[in-house]
Amino acid sequence: MGELIELTGLKDGEPVTCVAVFGDHADFESVPVDRRVMVIGGGITGITSAVDLGNAGYQVMLVDRLPSIGGRMLQLSETFPTLDCAQCTLTPRTVESGQHPNVLLKTSCEVEGLKGEPGDFTVSIRQKITYVDWNKCTGCGTCIQKCPSQSIALFERDAGRMTAIYTLSPQAVPNKPVIDAERCRYLTLGKCGVCAKSCPVEAIDYEQQESFFEVRVGAIIVSTGFDIYDWKNKMPEYGGGNIPDVIDGLTFERYLSASGPTAGAMIRPSDGKLVKDIVFIQCVGSRNPEFHKAYCSRVCCMYTAKHARLYKHGVHDGQVYIFYIDIRSTGKGYEQFIQQSVSEEEILYIRGRVAKLHRDGDKVMVQGADTLTGKKIEIAADMVVLAAAMVPNDGAKELADILGINYNDDGFFIEDNYKLASVETGQQGIYLAGCCQGIKDIADSAAQGSAASSKAMVLLSSVRRQKQEAV
Amino acid sequence: MKYPYFPGCTLYTKAKKLDDAGRECSLKLGFELDELKDWTCCGATFPLVNDQHITMSGPTRILADTKDQGNDKLVTLCSVCFNVLKRTNNVMLNDEERRAKITDFIERDYHGEVEVLHYLQLLRDEIGFDVLKEKVVKPLEGLKVACYYGCLLLRPVKEIGLDTMEDPSIFEDFIRALGGEPIEFPYKVECCGAFQAVHSMDTATRCSRDILRSAKNSGADVVITTCPLCQFNLDDRQPEIQKSDPGFSSIPVVYFTQLLALALDLPAEELGFERNLIDPLPILKEKGVIA
Ligand SMILES: Cc1cc2nc3c(=O)[nH]c(=O)nc-3n(C[C@H](O)[C@H](O)[C@H](O)COP(=O)(O)OP(=O)(O)OC[C@H]3O[C@@H](n4cnc5c(N)ncnc54)[C@H](O)[C@@H]3O)c2cc1C
Ligand code: SF4
Ligand code: SF4
Repeated sequence: MGELIELTGLKDGEPVTCVAVFGDHADFESVPVDRRVMVIGGGITGITSAVDLGNAGYQVMLVDRLPSIGGRMLQLSETFPTLDCAQCTLTPRTVESGQHPNVLLKTSCEVEGLKGEPGDFTVSIRQKITYVDWNKCTGCGTCIQKCPSQSIALFERDAGRMTAIYTLSPQAVPNKPVIDAERCRYLTLGKCGVCAKSCPVEAIDYEQQESFFEVRVGAIIVSTGFDIYDWKNKMPEYGGGNIPDVIDGLTFERYLSASGPTAGAMIRPSDGKLVKDIVFIQCVGSRNPEFHKAYCSRVCCMYTAKHARLYKHGVHDGQVYIFYIDIRSTGKGYEQFIQQSVSEEEILYIRGRVAKLHRDGDKVMVQGADTLTGKKIEIAADMVVLAAAMVPNDGAKELADILGINYNDDGFFIEDNYKLASVETGQQGIYLAGCCQGIKDIADSAAQGSAASSKAMVLLSSVRRQKQEAV
Repeated sequence: MKYPYFPGCTLYTKAKKLDDAGRECSLKLGFELDELKDWTCCGATFPLVNDQHITMSGPTRILADTKDQGNDKLVTLCSVCFNVLKRTNNVMLNDEERRAKITDFIERDYHGEVEVLHYLQLLRDEIGFDVLKEKVVKPLEGLKVACYYGCLLLRPVKEIGLDTMEDPSIFEDFIRALGGEPIEFPYKVECCGAFQAVHSMDTATRCSRDILRSAKNSGADVVITTCPLCQFNLDDRQPEIQKSDPGFSSIPVVYFTQLLALALDLPAEELGFERNLIDPLPILKEKGVIA
């Protein structure tokens, strides 16, 4: 038996290794295994992986390219199938990972390079410029309150407004702001400096430079999540983003959120009028092999039913129409959720596709077909919500090339074996989880996050491993 | 420069004005439409099922003739002919089995060597809209034109490839080159009802009504089309539309070559406007496009 070197804290920057033993079999070798793990992507998936690993005593660096963790779930209102508030589910977990003694958050960071081999990788990371010295910042938010530069908020899916110095949400973890250089008056025009003057601890640093660092880890979990299909540029038949009252489902989540741009009021973007007739269109860009994405995005049937119900809870006399191809509700309790939507909430499901949306006065004209009756249908709607396809986040392919893992034609990372090794990649020591591997809901994402963390633990706790070529 | 040209049956009869203006304009633009010898009808439909071949024998023969007469291009003006010839040619190019069946049957040797071009495409890709703009003598200043594409000029987009199918712009670019003002209207790529006019006149009337209303509401003075069938439906259905909708005010529907001819200063009297049901002359005069 070899000796096991005592672990020291990652936060102290000490190398943490365990020495592998048994070296007698030809295929196995004795090598030191670094018992630290890097998780790339801090959505619900990555957070779950990181907390699991941390609880098991492994030290984790959780890297996200955004200023705070939480991923898409931060943008959601309430979640199917239980209709509980997304923030109430998410915040305890983001806070836990932020405070966990074994988890170190590295936000506003991106992976630039990878060297080494399973059990002993060296990852190079680029720390982006935040213009705020987070070592000094106390997260008091004075700068945000004082900032005079207001513009369209990306986090609100362009529906609300934000300041140039911002956090992604009021419950952001870490709750420290960054400056958006393109929107900051000082950085663009050389005039302002209000945040620097108002900051009580002099944390604002307009001269901050990009920095790079390297970290040694034994395993890597990739959980970079998803984005929404670029329907605005790819689907002129739905107005190409030029009809203000046609929005996608993720934007509608912001409208439904009490913390969103309308404080949860069901008013339409164009003129602030209460929405009385609302049309949801499912499979927008999904299941369309000829022109868009061939796959089913898996969660939109469910979240559309959720959207319809939440809308009805706000506007009891509103009329909801949902265009669908068929309903895919295979999770536990999901079919009951759909049935309830139909029977109790008087939501009208129309089987058929919508050919075109166009504006007529203050209405959005929806031209579709009811394929059960064979009739053409035209609806004058106040608002239309598109359940647009979900796609891998941008930058996923570049990351895959750095890590030496594969992706399919749609850009989803490819697992080693779909049935039996869905979180492993062809690259030993690198694991996948969540929507970057394939679209799934929160429950499946979190389950896969746990699966990936346990696979990483298997590798890192084994004292011998198969001989590998260096990547 | 000569371009081999396939007029098609309708352009010899009902859509003579589309043909006349097209030929005259080409001379003004420095090229000639050289009519294919001994051409026959293109069949006017492309088979929608994979095992139907017979309707492709006509267009294949036309394409083989084009090749045998020493040409590698074939220009058409009619959307239907364009669609049928182009798609048949794709089959000849890409589908060995179907090509063999058809060419064996008509006893010709043809492998898709001819490039089928629509006249608009020729203006855009071979002549250039910038050159066209320079050749314009009487710009259509102030004329608001609804560019109506219909279906066959664009779809199926992967086979036709002339422009995008949902938000094309070739027609608008063409009108801009002529100095006119293209207007956007949401029904520009909707179906006019097409052959439904034969057995379900109501359908064609309804489709045409939606298109015309939409063009009118968007402020158009005239609607232009490349297709004799669209022109027929949109123009001819108007009295019927008016009966059911007294608020509907009519709008002339002309061929794109007719406006091209006006911009190139060909005499309006020779452009066959008298064959239009809704007379375009009053609005053209009002807008100062013709004297
Ligand atoms: C409109 C809508 C409504 C939904 N409603 C529900 C619901 O009610 N119930 C439910 O169960 N599911 C719902 N979902 C699905 C749910 O959002 C996903 O299952 C979940 O967010 C997936 O989490 P994730 O961590 O895999 O990905 P994400 O949440 O996308 O997280 C990925 C993280 O990775 C980061 N990242 C990306 N690329 C990089 C990179 N290169 N380097 C570093 N970091 C990177 C991102 O910044 C992000 O923080 C909904 C989805 C949509 C679109
Ligand atoms: S310097 Fe920039 S970030 Fe700071 S307050 Fe002014 S505009 Fe806002
Ligand atoms: S989940 Fe439903 S709406 Fe989404 S792509 Fe699949 S079938 Fe369409």
